Amino acid sequence: MTNQTIDIPRVTAKNMTEKEFFYGHKACAGCGGSVAVRLALKVLGERTYSALPAGCMAAVGFIFPQMAFVNNSIITTFPGVASMASGIAAGAKALGQKDFKTVCFAGDGGTADIGLQALSGMIDRDDDVLYICYDNEAYMNTGIQKSGLTPYGTQTTTTPAGKNLPGTKTNKKNLFEIIAAHDIKYAATASIGYPQDFINKVNKAKHTKGATFIHVYASCPTGWGTPTHTSIEIAKEAVDCGLIFLAEYENSEFKLNKNPKEFKSVKEYLTKQGRFKHMTDEDIEKVIQHRDYKWERMRRNWSTKK
Amino acid sequence: MDRPIKRDFKRPTHIDDYPVGPQYEAGFLAEKNAGWRTFRPIIDNEKCIYCLICYLVCPDGTIIKNDGEIDVDYDYCKGCGVCAHECPKDAITMVKEEL
Amino acid sequence: MLEMKKNNIFISGDEAVAHGTRLSRPHVIAAYPITPQTITVERLSEMVENGEMEADYMHVESEHSALSAAMGASSVGARTFTATSSQGLLYMAEAMHYASGGRYPIVMMNANRSVALPWSIYGDQRDSLSLLDSGWIQVYVEDAQEALDMIIQAYKIAEHAKVLTPMMVNLDGFILTHTYEMVEIPEQEMVDMFLPKFDTPNKMSFENPKNMAFSSQPDDNTEFKYQQNKAMFDSIDVIEKTDQDFGEQFGRYYKGMVEEIMCDDADAVLVTLGSITGTVRVVAKQLRAKGLKVGILKIRYMRPFPEKEIMELSRKVKAIGVIDKDISFGYEGTIYTNVNSALSKANASVFKKNFIGGLGGRDITKAEIEKMFMDLLEGIDSGKQATVEFFNLKVETND
Repeated sequence: MTNQTIDIPRVTAKNMTEKEFFYGHKACAGCGGSVAVRLALKVLGERTYSALPAGCMAAVGFIFPQMAFVNNSIITTFPGVASMASGIAAGAKALGQKDFKTVCFAGDGGTADIGLQALSGMIDRDDDVLYICYDNEAYMNTGIQKSGLTPYGTQTTTTPAGKNLPGTKTNKKNLFEIIAAHDIKYAATASIGYPQDFINKVNKAKHTKGATFIHVYASCPTGWGTPTHTSIEIAKEAVDCGLIFLAEYENSEFKLNKNPKEFKSVKEYLTKQGRFKHMTDEDIEKVIQHRDYKWERMRRNWSTKK
Repeated sequence: MDRPIKRDFKRPTHIDDYPVGPQYEAGFLAEKNAGWRTFRPIIDNEKCIYCLICYLVCPDGTIIKNDGEIDVDYDYCKGCGVCAHECPKDAITMVKEEL
Repeated sequence: MLEMKKNNIFISGDEAVAHGTRLSRPHVIAAYPITPQTITVERLSEMVENGEMEADYMHVESEHSALSAAMGASSVGARTFTATSSQGLLYMAEAMHYASGGRYPIVMMNANRSVALPWSIYGDQRDSLSLLDSGWIQVYVEDAQEALDMIIQAYKIAEHAKVLTPMMVNLDGFILTHTYEMVEIPEQEMVDMFLPKFDTPNKMSFENPKNMAFSSQPDDNTEFKYQQNKAMFDSIDVIEKTDQDFGEQFGRYYKGMVEEIMCDDADAVLVTLGSITGTVRVVAKQLRAKGLKVGILKIRYMRPFPEKEIMELSRKVKAIGVIDKDISFGYEGTIYTNVNSALSKANASVFKKNFIGGLGGRDITKAEIEKMFMDLLEGIDSGKQATVEFFNLKVETND
């Protein structure tokens, strides 16, 4: 789906490195976030510094003496992943290092809430860092609390659904456009349900000098109440029913990578997840309306060319 | 196999056995994750068309490309079943681990 | 002492810090502006712009990011500098513990300034003293020359293999940061001889990949904290040695952990921290001229704490007063708490008094200092209990 620049060699399952860089970690079985981290690192390669704020991937990867990152990796302050990564990039460059990449792997809370200010600074400075937000739509590491990217209707431990509340009352922050508004060199959305598309986007960011950003939708069986084996399927369905969109921002222009004529059922997508089980038809209708409002705007304003 | 394997970790007995500050060798694995598994993926390489979807989507990276065949690193497979579910040829079966 | 060319210029304390930083050749500077630190970072920006320095100056969007960026750079083995003050220092608080726990030998200048509320841009020492437990080495300087010299020394101390601990160089806001003095600027070659290139095992590299800043379970956490505490204690010898070496090379020796001034035969000693020492020196000399046996203990380092020196002092004097430009609400001045702990370990039977003042930039006058000395002298053998007093309150209170 992604338009590949001609001179970037395509990375696929067939030709990617056999090396694994995120291995032996303690993420839950079927963790979508670890698919995102693992694939990104296989594209970026061993000359990569990864920086992770507090969050699932930090918690499961660095439990002394079990060190799950094969490449140089560091846990950062929760609000400071982007600035710490900037510091790594600046420090390594000042020491004369060449041909390396610095990448952030932060969750939705670490990105859209507590880490947003530092991320904004990183993009403003155009530091040579790829920031990947793996979005599982709540603070999963602390036990499924609402974040700024938790969608309407979601039941979390801080937005319980009951007689008075539908679960989460607000829609997801429009993170992709917040990032694009910085006029960043390259930003994209992705889903682990479309792994090749995600790989292509990471590859493009790898070959873009300066600040880049990828927002990747990553399922969480534990927090979503889905069977572990459906983690890829559910992340694909989210795209197919239109609640998650695949897009890029480049040269100051937005582009929809996937513009389906028809969406799959939102209701089906929602009701197979524990976190949405309580939702009424009325609530589901609200979700669909919001989706349609967004898509109408995106189709009107964004390029839909293949 | 281009993957880390479980290593022997000698617990520190003297303070100087600890690293200076919280930093340690990248990719050092002191434990396996095999104990997490309830179901084990069994690959039928006869059915397998080597499309590598399982390889791509494994959250733990435990699917191994082996000269046209698929192997699994059972030391670190957690048995989530994503590979079996995504396989377009039903070449992977999840079989209950015997205790 | 080696021959050196004298290069004296008339600059502010902030500018002296900038020169000390330039001479230390950091790879990365990450800072966010706050009064009264700004002149330092403005000068550093100019030095980077005009090529006097090769550092990468990062325009971070907050103090939290300033220190986070410094940690990132330090984690790959780069020498780093940051500077802040007051609210900014407190905004960094999380990252300060992180930097010391991570054993990143970052050097930071802190312009001591009052902490809101009420708002005040003027000086006291509540900002840094409230972060004594953050695991940083804290040194307080008395004048601009010492500020410059201590930045250079700070790198050598912080980066020492036995220390690997970040270090904060404190200058009183405005009184030091904005006051112009003649300062001798050392030659770059001399500084290069004194300060070796930064090298540490505590870094990520492609030759030796690391996972850093990991979690430790209860089984190991205490050991890492023991290690950190040991490094702080080990820094005492490094501080003394570094200061002596600096003295031999540059002709200025600051006497390590503390400077004792006229203490040997003193009856009453005032303990000072930072720029107030200068005024107390003047008063003490005047009183000495009148035959009063007074002295000064200038504490230079609050962490590690000069416990040994204070215990020794207590064996030769009869009264010890502590000036605190801070207050730990509901108790007493923080310097006093620390001094008093050392005194109790020495079973000292001296008369003690804690003088709280100079908050939010209020001047401490010579007359007030003279009164402090007189209070101490009168307290000797008076049988009076130790007291904590807000001096120079300008209104009546109900006490």
